[in-house]
Amino acid sequence: MWIYEKRLEYPVCVTGKNIRLAKWVITQYGGPDGELAASLRYLNQRYSMPTEETRALLNDIGTEELAHLEIVGTIVHKLTKDASVEELKAAGLGGHYADHDRALFYTDATGNPWTAAYIQAKGDPIADLTEDMAAEQKARATYNWLINLSDDPLVTDVLRFLREREIVHFQRFGEALNHVQELFATKKFY
Amino acid sequence: MLKRMQELGFVAVELNLYLDTHPNDAKALEQYNLIHHEIRQLQMKMDEQCGPSKGFGHSMNVGNTWQWAEQPWPWEM
Ligand SMILES: [Fe+2]
Repeated sequence: MWIYEKRLEYPVCVTGKNIRLAKWVITQYGGPDGELAASLRYLNQRYSMPTEETRALLNDIGTEELAHLEIVGTIVHKLTKDASVEELKAAGLGGHYADHDRALFYTDATGNPWTAAYIQAKGDPIADLTEDMAAEQKARATYNWLINLSDDPLVTDVLRFLREREIVHFQRFGEALNHVQELFATKKFY
Repeated sequence: MLKRMQELGFVAVELNLYLDTHPNDAKALEQYNLIHHEIRQLQMKMDEQCGPSKGFGHSMNVGNTWQWAEQPWPWEM
């Protein structure tokens, strides 16, 4: 069960309309290393995790990623909501407009739709936690590139917050992986 | 008040994830409960003054209309 809390985890302000920036930021909404992929990956891997610690961590990070999805969605919405058709066209979002008008959609920065092929679930906790750590690093790198691209300091501030969270998640997954490896070293598995 | 809630909420998320991998850390456990009390008190105050912050029965509706739908959503603020 989830309870919705009517606030963002981190406040989102934008300087103004910025369609070009939105076109890049959307990748953290529906791209391969984005927040949707992160949340669904972790929430799905919960079921086959072997310890109290790993189940709790995947549950809770998966939940925080949903809050990040909402932050990214809010950025994109605020950057594009007042865009004219001409402006969307000029920024290369004519195709997006044809299919979705100004609605958000789960795509990467070049318009490819989200796919479950972005995520993995091997059932092996070492493999899955290692994938999760790589996923956090890829998300961190993506936020880095977005920060380099951003010309709106208010959006950059939010992207920095999100990048920092990926570093914390990586750290926590690393601790969980160590504990699982220690456990496996002391137990016999068939 | 919203800003304070965002700050408290953030500390709670951090402590929660930390405790997931450090379940016996006495200091973190104590801090977590302190934050829990502060969040609960602030939420009651906010719900009364600004309308319900949580759905599905976790906030009270004050007044004769359904405030949950009347208050702006986070992406509208
Ligand atoms: Fe993350």
